[in-house]
Amino acid sequence: MQWGSATEFFAMGGYGLYVWTSFGATALCMVWEVLAVWRRHASAALESHDRS
Amino acid sequence: MGINWFKYSSPQAFHPLAGKMIPWFSAAALVLIGVGLYIGFFVAPTDFQQGDAYRIIFVHVPAAWMSMFLYVVMAAWAGLGLGLNARPSFMMTQAIAPTGAMFTFLALLTGSMWGKPTWGAWWVWDARLTSELILLFQYIGIILLRASIDDLRRADRASAVFALVGVVNVPIIYFSVRWWNTLHQGASVSMTESKMAATMVTAMLIMMLGFWMYSFAVTLARVRCVIAERERQPSWGKNASIQEVAEAR
Repeated sequence: MQWGSATEFFAMGGYGLYVWTSFGATALCMVWEVLAVWRRHASAALESHDRS
Repeated sequence: MGINWFKYSSPQAFHPLAGKMIPWFSAAALVLIGVGLYIGFFVAPTDFQQGDAYRIIFVHVPAAWMSMFLYVVMAAWAGLGLGLNARPSFMMTQAIAPTGAMFTFLALLTGSMWGKPTWGAWWVWDARLTSELILLFQYIGIILLRASIDDLRRADRASAVFALVGVVNVPIIYFSVRWWNTLHQGASVSMTESKMAATMVTAMLIMMLGFWMYSFAVTLARVRCVIAERERQPSWGKNASIQEVAEAR
């Protein structure tokens, strides 16, 4: 373990902005994609239900 | 193996199978990414040259790998679809493209986040970066080409041809760091030697596996949407009249 405190952890040795932007953007994209597919699935299932 | 794979080559049979597999892939993705992040942030040491900026590798390399891997898989389905005239293959092509595009975008974004502190530039026009940018345009082109053609069968075939032709870019991206002098560093991991500490490599590989599982889960979920959406189209049914087909579009 190399982090003395939470502040140190979030600072990432001065590279915090770059590191957290990278991880944040990746997490955001993946969560957004899952939600988008979820919603698409819900509407597709709903409409095919209506037809039958 | 006693599994009849051909049974699952029809969308109607594949749909429930995909549904059963999605929770497993999702759970595997969550566990692997969780473990990968833990090792990446709390076990792997600070790099003596790049400081903690190197930790971007734990999303950058898996995203870049997935961008290329998904393209090859997508192109393989496209080729299969064209060769066998198989609908499910085209559906897979359609389902993979958005995820591939997303990972390409993330590879470029995290790359520039890494480039700024280490090279002093967000972006350079070198071979690796430029060919990866072209890959993003290819994905977008494939998605837009499909969207711009109303006839489903023609849309399938046109985007499949585009995907198949574009696969030539993947080896160019992969070998660009060897073929040309670039600012981008070479392969971080090779079969024979590794330039990184063991814990760094472990974290990266686990993250990569996690991204794989994520991609499987999300593309299977999307292909189920595609199947359901296409099933609504009367053209799929046996007795649809031309008028019904026209109305649905």
